[in-house]
Amino acid sequence: MSLHGIRFILIQNRWYMQFDDDEKQKLIEEVHAVVTVRDAKHTNFVEFRNFKIIYRRYAGLYFCICVDVNDNNLAYLEAIHNFVEVLNEYFHNVCELDLVFNFYKVYTVVDEMFLAGEIRETSQTKVLKQLLMLQSLE
Amino acid sequence: TPVIQALWRPRREDYLRPGADTTAIMPAVSKGDGMRGLAVFISDIRNCKSKEAEIKRINKELANIRSKFKGDKALDGYSKKKYVCKLLFIFLLGHDIDFGHMEAVNLLSSNKYTEKQIGYLFISVLVNSNSELIRLINNAIKNDLASRNPTFMCLALHCIANVGSREMGEAFAADIPRILVAGDSMDSVKQSAALCLLRLYKASPDLVPMGEWTARVVHLLNDQHMGVVTAAVSLITCLCKKNPDDFKTCISLAVSRLSRIVSSASTDLQDYTYYFVPAPWLSVKLLRLLQCYPPPEDAAVKGRLVECLETVLNKAQEPPKSKKVQHSNAKNAILFETISLIIHYDSEPNLLVRACNQLGQFLQHRETNLRYLALESMCTLASSEFSHEAVKTHIDTVINALKTERDVSVRQRAADLLYAMCDRSNAKQIVSEMLRYLETADYAIREEIVLKVAILAEKYAVDYSWYVDTILNLIRIAGDYVSEEVWYRVLQIVTNRDDVQGYAAKTVFEALQAPACHENMVKVGGYILGEFGNLIAGDPRSSPPVQFSLLHSKFHLCSVATRALLLSTYIKFINLFPETKATIQGVLRAGSQLRNADVELQQRAVEYLTLSSVASTDVLATVLEEMPPFPERESSILAKLKRKKGPGAASALDDGRRDPSSNDINGGVEPTPSTVSTPSPSADLLGLRAAPPPAAPPASAGAGNLLVDVFDGPAAQPSLGPTPEEAFLRFVCKNNGVLFENQLLQIGVKSEFRQNLGRMYLFYGNKTSVQFQNFSPTVVHPGDLQTHILSAPPALRSQVDGGAQVQQVLNIECLRDFLTPPLLSVRFRYGGAPQALTLKLPVTINKFFQPTEMAAQDFFQRWKQLSLPQQEAQKIFKANHPMDAEVTKAKLLGFGSALLDNVDPNPENFVGAGIIQTKALQVGCLLRLEPNAQAQMYRLTLRTSKESVSRHLCELLAQQF
Repeated sequence: MSLHGIRFILIQNRWYMQFDDDEKQKLIEEVHAVVTVRDAKHTNFVEFRNFKIIYRRYAGLYFCICVDVNDNNLAYLEAIHNFVEVLNEYFHNVCELDLVFNFYKVYTVVDEMFLAGEIRETSQTKVLKQLLMLQSLE
Repeated sequence: TPVIQALWRPRREDYLRPGADTTAIMPAVSKGDGMRGLAVFISDIRNCKSKEAEIKRINKELANIRSKFKGDKALDGYSKKKYVCKLLFIFLLGHDIDFGHMEAVNLLSSNKYTEKQIGYLFISVLVNSNSELIRLINNAIKNDLASRNPTFMCLALHCIANVGSREMGEAFAADIPRILVAGDSMDSVKQSAALCLLRLYKASPDLVPMGEWTARVVHLLNDQHMGVVTAAVSLITCLCKKNPDDFKTCISLAVSRLSRIVSSASTDLQDYTYYFVPAPWLSVKLLRLLQCYPPPEDAAVKGRLVECLETVLNKAQEPPKSKKVQHSNAKNAILFETISLIIHYDSEPNLLVRACNQLGQFLQHRETNLRYLALESMCTLASSEFSHEAVKTHIDTVINALKTERDVSVRQRAADLLYAMCDRSNAKQIVSEMLRYLETADYAIREEIVLKVAILAEKYAVDYSWYVDTILNLIRIAGDYVSEEVWYRVLQIVTNRDDVQGYAAKTVFEALQAPACHENMVKVGGYILGEFGNLIAGDPRSSPPVQFSLLHSKFHLCSVATRALLLSTYIKFINLFPETKATIQGVLRAGSQLRNADVELQQRAVEYLTLSSVASTDVLATVLEEMPPFPERESSILAKLKRKKGPGAASALDDGRRDPSSNDINGGVEPTPSTVSTPSPSADLLGLRAAPPPAAPPASAGAGNLLVDVFDGPAAQPSLGPTPEEAFLRFVCKNNGVLFENQLLQIGVKSEFRQNLGRMYLFYGNKTSVQFQNFSPTVVHPGDLQTHILSAPPALRSQVDGGAQVQQVLNIECLRDFLTPPLLSVRFRYGGAPQALTLKLPVTINKFFQPTEMAAQDFFQRWKQLSLPQQEAQKIFKANHPMDAEVTKAKLLGFGSALLDNVDPNPENFVGAGIIQTKALQVGCLLRLEPNAQAQMYRLTLRTSKESVSRHLCELLAQQF
């Protein structure tokens, strides 16, 4: 894979559909292109190929979920926020650096809350309890 | 279903932007769990000033890791974990990683969670399914699944769920249902198992056989743990789409669960309350599950559900419990899903109107998201007969949105909604607003708006002058976006309607006087004046010489195609206005025409000049006579709009609304539901394509082909009776009848089939008084067609006299099962004009059915034998015709299977059996049709030994009721 563009993936993406690596890279670039040109007056939804992107911006960081066109926009918009609140709690005031240096833990948080392309657990209390339990394991 | 979840850091520069915390190279590594070496490496990478430096650092690290892995010294678990994690990080930066897999697999069998976790992470991100390591990996997963350690079990389940490969499905699909329903599984394990199974089912449904466990999965909806319910609903929603019967009991369970959530107070659900909203995500999932089914049949369940829906609508009117956007988003997520369910049922007028009023309030909300979603949701409400009128009351707000919204996607939704709410009563207002919007519309949506305006203008035109004005305005405002389909269509309509021709000539003449008018205007103007310029020639302001010089003043700025069209207009002028002959001959004779480098222009100039010099006035008048009316056809504009929108989004565009009073000007605009996408049917309408012109010199060509192929391609549609597709479908259950009819030609069919053989008689009737020439019907086999047509029809005479009928016989042999019917292509010349049409021949696989009688017990035994998921095809669909048992019987018998009485315990249902006979193989087929008179729906199930046959038969038969 080439290093074109100085794109640098912060938190690794979870893919719930089969794409090859080049296709993933292309998708990331395209999503980036459509999302970052939008401002606060725009909706948090963008049509994208045969799907739609639901995204939310936190400081310089965009959190995006790509879903089917007839999925519930607001439910996924809040699922993103729910996820970010868990990260915030888990990393005590999360900042971008936490996510870079602990990328392998972020995966664990993702898998606790989302699995197989579906929402797995929504209770922040339950997720944090589980994460703390895992943290205590060697 | 979300398919990707992508979280990323967009660009390296953002890290280094002013104010970014670049001094904090590393966050404090918490406790002893971090990997110091990994943190150092990551911060080294982040400190690299250039891409070259980064690559260099990475290569150094790769060499280091490689030597560690190859070294003599055995690495301890911690080091292995650290290096594998570094490799993962390098991979995520976008570099290929071609080693380390074995070390990752080793980590899987560690007893330490942190090591196991890194191993699984590496595998789930990096290992592809054909890896030789799959066996080792599966072995480790197997051990963890059997470990009874919930943490390890979840890691293993997550790995399967994230990889989701067929190999893993083969290895574990049988175990996971067991884990899911085992009484002693921990809640978190159940959650993961449910979604793991969902992933495997989506990837390879055949690997997940339904069984005794399905009933127990449905009961997870009652589970105490809301997280288990949350995961289980997703699984059930996925499974019930293919097996609605097996999961039917989920309806009442879902309703009571939903009812408990909806009626609970804002804090009752503790952990699962999100910003004062009880269990929003679970509510949404339950509402989506219910959308897989028609309204509950049980009155008590239905009553309870309606109560829930009303409660949600009521709550929307209550003051918010928090000002936070999270609160309103969560609440509205449930509201929108509730409205989706109300629309899905489309049976409760009261709820539909309430939903519409609620959305109406959102249309003016300060949140852009809500305005967008309300517009989108209203689009579907507009197509329900119960709420169409209620939607229309919001027209002013929607028009305002079209004008003022900042986000183009919101304006787009507003345009969609205006289109969906348009009917005869508001068409003029909507069309004029869309035209006004077009002047400033974003380029991205102009073409679509143009198509919508063109369709609405035609569909709801009461007087044609308004229609002509609208289309000419379209060309004036957005000429570049007016596709061929649009301006061809206006020409067809003007040609077919003599009451608008004079008006069209006058209007187009005026439009051409604008100093800069769009080339499409020149094309339309040229064509219309060439046909109907005489209607305005009496006015000295538009006398023939004035018309000519106006057109000719545009000539030199136009493209070759337009100039070619204008040359045809000129020769028509010579016929219409003899006084212009000398001037026009002068133009044709000019070197710039006669020796034009473009062969098309040169040929036209030469031929037209000769024609005008040698032909007598009578011959000229005959050759250049006014165009005959176009045969009616489906509007190609509509087809184009559907293509643009893609199949998924067609619902709002498909004019599904029941509008019995609809009285279209051309009758051809109604979409034909199953029309095969027509590749630009009018593409060659004017014969202006770059392709060479008709070889015959004009003098010998008849009236038509100078300008027009009257109808070309499969879209050619009869004005009488059904569309070709409808006619084709009618033949699925019968063998004789009229396959095609238009003003010129009727094609009748008589056919008989025995075993794998068939004979088909085709009757071609010339309905006109004029002889068809070069009449040639041919049969072609496109695509995967396996039917072999032995036809050697006695050569048809190449002429068919006026009023005469000729017959063609086809012998058919079915070699093996097939999906695509043969195509009949008919070409002939009528009055000199070439005619062509292509039809599907009514030969479908069910024609080769041998009915099979059998007793109930045999039927059930065979039914069970065909229980693999791929052997079954099922469809649930709305009745399109009155549900009459006798008619249904006749259709099923016509379809070819035997009808078996006293087999289905429910006497309302129909079951049938038969064998499809092909030369290569026989396919046994069982079918069951269950009418539901109350819901006006049917469920059709086909089981055969061949997947493609099951699906195909199911499709064919489902369209018959």
